[in-house]
Amino acid sequence: MYPAKFDYYRANSVEEAVKLLAENSDAKLLAGGHSLIPAMKLRLTQPALLIDIGKIDSLKNIKANGSLEIGALATHARVAASADVKKWFPALANAASLIGDQQVRNFGTIGGNIAHADPASDPPTVLIAAGATIHVRGASGTRAIAAEDFFVDLFTTALEPGEVVTKIEIPNLSGRKSAYAKMSHPASRYAIVGVCAVLSMEGDTCKEARLVVGGAVAHATRLSEAEAVLKGKKLDAAALKAAADAAIAQVGDDAMGDITAPADYRRAMVGQYLQRAIQSALG
Amino acid sequence: MASRVFGASIKRKEDPRLITGEAKYLDDLQLPGMAHAAILRSPHAHARIKSIDTSAAAAVPGVLGVFTGKDFMDVNPLPCAWQAGGVENHVNTPRVLEPEKVTFTGAGVAVVVAESRYIAEDALQLIKVNYEVLPAVVDAQKATQSGAPQIHDNAPNNVCMEWSCGDKAGTDKALGEAEVVIKERVVNQRLIPTPMETRGCIAQYLPATDEYTVWMTSQAPHVMRLLMTAFVFGIPETKMRVISPQVGGGFGAKIFLYPEYCLVTALSKKIGRPVKWAETRSENYVATTHGRDHITELEVGAKRDGTITALRVNTYANLGGILSTIAPGIPTTLYGRLLSGAYKIPNIYCHVWGVYTNTGMVDAYRGAGRPEATFVVERAVDMVANQLSMDPAEIRRKNFIPSSAFPYDPKILNGLKYDSGDYDKALGKALEMVGYQDFRKAQADARQQGRYLGIGFSSYIEMCGVAPSAWIGLPGEGWGAGLWESANVRVHLTGKVVVTSGSQSHGQGHETTTAQIVAEELGVPVEDVIVQHSDTLGTPFGYGTYGSRSASVGQVAVFNSLQKIKEKAKKLGAHLLEAAVEDVVFENGKVHVKGSPDKAKTIQELAGAAALGYSLPAGMEPFLDDTAYYDPPNCTFPFGTHICIVEVDAGTGQIDIKRYVAVDDVGKVINPMIVDGQVHGGIAQGVAQALWEGAVYDENGQLLTGSLMDYALPRADLLPSFEVGRTETPSPTNPLGVKGAGETGTIAATPAVVNAVLDALKPLGVLHIDMPMTPARVWQAIQKG
Repeated sequence: MYPAKFDYYRANSVEEAVKLLAENSDAKLLAGGHSLIPAMKLRLTQPALLIDIGKIDSLKNIKANGSLEIGALATHARVAASADVKKWFPALANAASLIGDQQVRNFGTIGGNIAHADPASDPPTVLIAAGATIHVRGASGTRAIAAEDFFVDLFTTALEPGEVVTKIEIPNLSGRKSAYAKMSHPASRYAIVGVCAVLSMEGDTCKEARLVVGGAVAHATRLSEAEAVLKGKKLDAAALKAAADAAIAQVGDDAMGDITAPADYRRAMVGQYLQRAIQSALG
Repeated sequence: MASRVFGASIKRKEDPRLITGEAKYLDDLQLPGMAHAAILRSPHAHARIKSIDTSAAAAVPGVLGVFTGKDFMDVNPLPCAWQAGGVENHVNTPRVLEPEKVTFTGAGVAVVVAESRYIAEDALQLIKVNYEVLPAVVDAQKATQSGAPQIHDNAPNNVCMEWSCGDKAGTDKALGEAEVVIKERVVNQRLIPTPMETRGCIAQYLPATDEYTVWMTSQAPHVMRLLMTAFVFGIPETKMRVISPQVGGGFGAKIFLYPEYCLVTALSKKIGRPVKWAETRSENYVATTHGRDHITELEVGAKRDGTITALRVNTYANLGGILSTIAPGIPTTLYGRLLSGAYKIPNIYCHVWGVYTNTGMVDAYRGAGRPEATFVVERAVDMVANQLSMDPAEIRRKNFIPSSAFPYDPKILNGLKYDSGDYDKALGKALEMVGYQDFRKAQADARQQGRYLGIGFSSYIEMCGVAPSAWIGLPGEGWGAGLWESANVRVHLTGKVVVTSGSQSHGQGHETTTAQIVAEELGVPVEDVIVQHSDTLGTPFGYGTYGSRSASVGQVAVFNSLQKIKEKAKKLGAHLLEAAVEDVVFENGKVHVKGSPDKAKTIQELAGAAALGYSLPAGMEPFLDDTAYYDPPNCTFPFGTHICIVEVDAGTGQIDIKRYVAVDDVGKVINPMIVDGQVHGGIAQGVAQALWEGAVYDENGQLLTGSLMDYALPRADLLPSFEVGRTETPSPTNPLGVKGAGETGTIAATPAVVNAVLDALKPLGVLHIDMPMTPARVWQAIQKG
């Protein structure tokens, strides 16, 4: 629990952070620090320089204006409590409220969370389901990455070296129904399985379903087979069961396992939580 | 006295300093010139150390010294202070650093002392150890089988000791004749105690006097000094002072002498500066003792009417790679001898294999042997009930030792008897609190709706204040010392009372409950009593705090000291009142002439008179000051019934605890609020064993649950509000009538939860699920069901 020696620099702007990242190959960004610092204390990572972006206030805003924009430095606690988030996309507020514990939520940030890309983390799942866009800035300017393309593998994202996540943009989801259903690991509180459902309904019929699973697989992934099953269907028990079966089949051998939740169990739980997320979204 | 202090829920005297952060724990202490140690630990579970290159580490600026096991060959291996009684034990204990071979992941092999812990950790990364990695075995039963890797030369088949108790022939015969016999293999999984504060040690050596002062996170500072001086260093006991500052929980894991304490003590002399080592949580998980870890084959026999006739138990107790201080005593005396539980079981036989494996040390953890025994008994009783389609409450009632039978000799207790009990009363109260008949109706209705509710019982007994010394000690059960306690009481000139005791408080509230006893006996305000403990300088010898012994042994010593003080006060009072001693009484804090309460001297007046010595009876020494040493004539035997109600989600295997009712009988209660706190915490840990906690090693001896990200501790949001009740059957063993309350919750809760889950899943044909009953395991059992 004693990190190796490192230098520390506080960046006062995104531009400054980008510049420092470009100048120091062995640097890491420090936002909330709730993934990075434990890893440093265990000496699993020993960066030579920490660039603290935690005081860049412009990255902390949450505002709804045509789309919902969440600054990368918004803490989980603020996302969970935000009236705009609750109104715009309640599944995200709920997912943020289920991260870690209160102390973690008070420090951990949504940008840091997605840049770390823990496979069992909650925000990636709901952001993909929402069709969110991740805005980043690097030495060569800004770019926007679809959330679906952002999460590449275990702890691996589409971020290029030197890029900083600046904000997350969530499109207007008015008229959609959404929910996040999660089974927490009893120790870490990370998702053993988390499923987010975003549904466009016309009466009882599902026009479109966006269904995403996290926790059970290497990175949050759309359950496209299950989405196809539900398209144009009445969401009765039989349809949900068929979607669950399709999701289980799609996850297949990609299901991860550990001593708490073996792969066969996680795979089965994808089906269970898919149904729970849809039922919860439908209210 | 107007209102009794004994038995009142007064607020804890120690809490203001704890909740304001003023209390100093080990790692808060800073000494001038203090250096810092970091320990290199083996990444392998079983390996020979071929060579260690410390040169690069030694060259790091700020490093004061780098040492390996070879530098401490003049320091003895640590003692094993409790070997299984009456049998041969093949003892292997740790050295301060292992010089030749490691037998578990996390064993210390080298140490760096530096100006800061950061520098020490940097240097640690530069030490190169050349290991010859050996095959490992982690399962205690597999370790005894032929072909298993051999860990110690003196322990063939990795068996440290084989111990048995009870009547083998009688049990075999009774099982042969039983109308019903049920066999099951139960695993009481390994747990990691996880006190809030990890371990640590600071040692200071003073060359002028050749004396050590050692601060350590210990539940038993006097014993630590004894073991370190007399056994490890071979120096006079008077050359060391041990201080346990504020200790942030122990749960048993801080009873023991650990290699690091001896290492830091040796380093303080080598370096010539005070040295601190404070354990990280990662170290705590591999290098501090674990608990439980039994594999048990049980056979229970009964008549068709539910009368249990025999219990045969064969247990493989995992002791880890090397022995901790009292490891062999836990799965023998504290386990096998408790297997009669609350029941008349005429034939019991228990065989225990104490086994070395390539895992961390295993020793006492809250309950220590009694939770394992209770789990076996309470599961066995439920299995019989299930087999015979009997009500689990009814079968317990049928087999209970009746209240008329006390003191009761369960025969396997090697001569001791259960002191007092009324098991039926506690069960009855618990059934009433839970509303048993209503629950069964609700359960039936829920099953109609496809919901799975279950109720589980645990009617436990346990054994606290283990004694007498002549029973537990070397001639009997193998404990390598005595188990009495001592206390000194001084009433100062001002009437304020100072109690020093050999007990050690690390969360139990002794400063409050001891003050309550003093206030009750002497009639002084609780605020006028201070209790000093946990420093070998200024406190009388004591064996420390564990096994729920501080009330039933330590505080009885306080009580006995107070009787001596009162006797002397009476003599002095009679003298000052110009009355005969026979004509005065000590009452409500005053000595007065019988029948004339106004003709009195207060305890404060008497303390002043005794301290000034202006007018003492002939031959009386000044001052009210006395010490008592108390060796109990028997253990105490708390009991009770816990009832848990759960709902199982058959789709996911998740378990929701709907209600938890606990009725405990811990004898007389000094402070109900403190007992409630102990019961609550104990239940949380007991529930956690049933549902969440479990240390897992892979086949190579790597701890897979090495952090709080993986090892699931109980959390408040996972538990219901406990419904706690009590019955009160005073212990006849001691004059306070107290039994012990520190471990009942942990002992009782685990089988109550497991029995509840299996009751819920009965319609699905599920008869057994290993602990922890994770959603995955429950779900898999339902799939197979």
